[in-house]
Amino acid sequence: MTGGVGDIAVMEEPHASLRGVVRRYGGAQPVHALGPVDLDLRRGEFFSVVGPSGCGKSTLLDVLSGLGRPTGGTVSFEGAELGGEVPDGVGVVFQEDASFPWLTVRDNVAFGLRRTGLDGRETARRVEHAIGFMGLGQFAAHYPAQLSGGMRQRVCIARTLVMQPRLILLDEPFGALDQQTRLLMGDELLRLWRETGATVLLITHALDEAAMLSDRVGVMSARPGRFIDLLETGWPRERDSRVVSDPAFGALTSRLWSSLRTESLKTMGRAA
Amino acid sequence: MSRSRTVILVRAAVLAGLVALLEVLCRVGIVDPMAVLPPSEMVGAMIDQLRSGELDESMVQTFSTIGLAFGVAVALGTLGGAVVHAVPRLRRAIDPLLASYYAVPTFIFYPLLVALLGLGKLPLVVLGVLSATPAVVISTLAGLDGVPPVLRKVARVQRLGRARTLWLVVLPAALPRLFGGFKLALSYALIGVIAGEFILSGSGLGYSISFAYQSFDSRAMYGAMLFVLLVAVGANTLLYVWEGRLARRRLRT
Ligand SMILES: Nc1ncnc2c1ncn2[C@@H]1O[C@H](COP(=O)(O)OP(=O)(O)OP(=O)(O)O)[C@@H](O)[C@H]1O
Ligand SMILES: [Mg+2]
Repeated sequence: MTGGVGDIAVMEEPHASLRGVVRRYGGAQPVHALGPVDLDLRRGEFFSVVGPSGCGKSTLLDVLSGLGRPTGGTVSFEGAELGGEVPDGVGVVFQEDASFPWLTVRDNVAFGLRRTGLDGRETARRVEHAIGFMGLGQFAAHYPAQLSGGMRQRVCIARTLVMQPRLILLDEPFGALDQQTRLLMGDELLRLWRETGATVLLITHALDEAAMLSDRVGVMSARPGRFIDLLETGWPRERDSRVVSDPAFGALTSRLWSSLRTESLKTMGRAA
Repeated sequence: MSRSRTVILVRAAVLAGLVALLEVLCRVGIVDPMAVLPPSEMVGAMIDQLRSGELDESMVQTFSTIGLAFGVAVALGTLGGAVVHAVPRLRRAIDPLLASYYAVPTFIFYPLLVALLGLGKLPLVVLGVLSATPAVVISTLAGLDGVPPVLRKVARVQRLGRARTLWLVVLPAALPRLFGGFKLALSYALIGVIAGEFILSGSGLGYSISFAYQSFDSRAMYGAMLFVLLVAVGANTLLYVWEGRLARRRLRT
């Protein structure tokens, strides 16, 4: 079957893809952390990953970003296979606080741009924009130690944002936040996604967050993590946290929960 | 703030009390004032000596030696620490040696150094370097160990390359611990150099003290001693303040 308008979407090259990816950690007690996993990220989509704790979500991010080499299988980004380095155009926000404590918020955010050869005015403009966008305007001259954990995480997001990555990977960026703040941060994330047009992969342990933010949600099994369910939310591109009152939201969340319940019980060492 | 001020006040009071006690003991005669000068006279003796300019040459001599030893120790120790850190096997071999290094009095090698290198600045610099370098190596290792792995990951995502990662991420992240090592190194270099001058040398502050001692010139001896003490404390305070400035930004204010 060739031609046909409908095929274009199908034929479109995935923005990033994993083929048969497996990751094992060596050492005294080898761990099979991930896979085999196959995944295609569509250009410009918002994809969330949920899974029980310790199932290999951060490991997935590690191999997808190019930070870690898979033990087996291949990872490619924009058509090129990764070879142990992080390709240009990928931004990562880590699960742990990764702000630089010796730099002010402004210098943290400007960190990557300073070495891109961009002229000073444009650098300053982008930095101020990212700082404002993340609601850090009043804190530009503060040091991370003077900020809350959630604000530090926003600094890291801003630092990633200014580089204008085409693929943004976020590892439980709001893990430490309370529910209300998380919902609001979710809105900011949606805004960021729409504004940049980037492909976003968000790892989260909050099912409601995944259901509300994403175009698609991948559900991972207990370790070694594989995708056991992949669901399309069908939200319009212009959406925000108010979708939580949509009846479809409840259906999505409960489907996620039923996929995940068995797996989560496994990690707790109990039978389903 | 007021609490730390109280601490400083108490500390100063303890010192002042001890000095005052010594003063009284000397004046009353419980401590032989011929053997130990009363503190007030030590100060006088020091001022006289500084005014007369008889210490000028020794000062230049000693401080330049200490500075040189300190600089070499910092460079060598940081570099050495980085290399040892990068090679885990080497690290495993060297760790116990480092841990027990300061159980050995380095001074005992000084006569050997003089025999090898002749009498002069060089053996003193080497002695200072020998005393100070391991402290820098140890703190460099601790500093590098303490760099959160996630910061190295950020460097990789930012595609920094080795040299820039080291300079822009690893070094600043490790700096607080490195600084602790630098402080120690300064003290060790000072102790090493002055002790060396004391034992066997023809010049320098250590020599001046030893010379005054041998010629029963207790005014000159205590004057020079007090001066060395003040300089040592002063230099350390300076590093301490600087360290505090660096740290204050990083810690919650
Ligand atoms: N560097 C490593 N060396 C050895 N084992 C590791 C390493 N990193 C992770 N693991 C193990 O691999 C498994 C998956 O870890 P990973 O961090 O990817 O899980 P996760 O889903 O991100 O967990 P969480 O929800 O707690 O963030 C875990 O069992 C973990 O202990
Ligand atoms: Mg994780």
